[in-house]
Amino acid sequence: MSMLPYGVSIWLFLIGLYGVATSRHLIHLIVCLSVAQSSTYILLLAIGYRHGAGPPIFLRAPVGTPAVDPVVQALALTDVVVSAAVTALLLAVAIRIHKRTGTLDPQALRPLRN
Amino acid sequence: MTPTTRRLVCFGSAAAVGGLLLHGLVRLPSFGSYRGPYGDVLNATAVGERHATNIPSAVNFDYRAFDTVGEEFILFVAVVGLAVLFREQRDQSCEQQQERRRHISEAVQWVGIGLFGFLVLLGATIVLHGHLTPGGGFQGGVILAMAALLIYLLGGDEVLERLGRRASIETVEAAGAGAYVLIGLSMLAAGGAFLENLLPLGQSGRLNSGGMIVLLNVATGVEVSAAFALLFVEFLEESRKPPREPS
Repeated sequence: MSMLPYGVSIWLFLIGLYGVATSRHLIHLIVCLSVAQSSTYILLLAIGYRHGAGPPIFLRAPVGTPAVDPVVQALALTDVVVSAAVTALLLAVAIRIHKRTGTLDPQALRPLRN
Repeated sequence: MTPTTRRLVCFGSAAAVGGLLLHGLVRLPSFGSYRGPYGDVLNATAVGERHATNIPSAVNFDYRAFDTVGEEFILFVAVVGLAVLFREQRDQSCEQQQERRRHISEAVQWVGIGLFGFLVLLGATIVLHGHLTPGGGFQGGVILAMAALLIYLLGGDEVLERLGRRASIETVEAAGAGAYVLIGLSMLAAGGAFLENLLPLGQSGRLNSGGMIVLLNVATGVEVSAAFALLFVEFLEESRKPPREPS
């Protein structure tokens, strides 16, 4: 079972990609992209985890207490911020597409229509 | 491409990518046995070196502070790009503001006013204690932006709109992002490297410790709260307009 988090991460990434590829609605597509992106959080945090270790915060716990890796946690924070920025921008693009074409179905948006 | 072929292509490539990922991840140390060394080195030395007790925050705003400049500007550029995208369109359509009075119950207003102060305090606390406990500029900034969203819920549409139109939110956002870079440059001027922590470090565990980390957290908190507030204002203003006829 020690590989389970890595498996969950791969599965989330693939299921998100599947959603993006087969989506019939742009909002659904953006959510699927977020799902695929969330696989990276699990991967990062799983790599830095250590059984029985506490958080890398030494306000109460003395320095030297076993703690998980703080570097991947900092990276996960960056990841979340980028994900939020990307989602916001894509939602704005989806709104523009809807106003322009009246549809949110990506498969109805052919380059040669109109 | 028909949906069936699309699905087939997707399954084929997903199997290939999944196989590659599995191949790459299977040799990693098994879950729960992190071997280091970077995290262990930081956990052992960061408190002594930087007097900050929240190590991820010390990583983000000190050891890797330069990367956080990039992170800040990703958010900045995304939100400004979103505003540009919406406003260009809004200028094209004629200004037909329909007056829409919403009815907001008194209970919502009273609870909201109480929550507003609580959210502002909570956000400020999380920003200011970023170097001590979990939290920091990004997390606290989002909470502060929720306070702006609460103004909308309380019927303060005009307040938010005026803020959005007068471009004051963008100014605050740009000021936050600029302050971060200026702090880095002032370290350069003081004889150090860009974003090197040269300020007095104080005593570990106290609010006034960690040197530059607190200042960077505040700059980030200002930038993030303004960025998310701008995001809400733009989306809300967009939802007020009647949809245009499909062309």
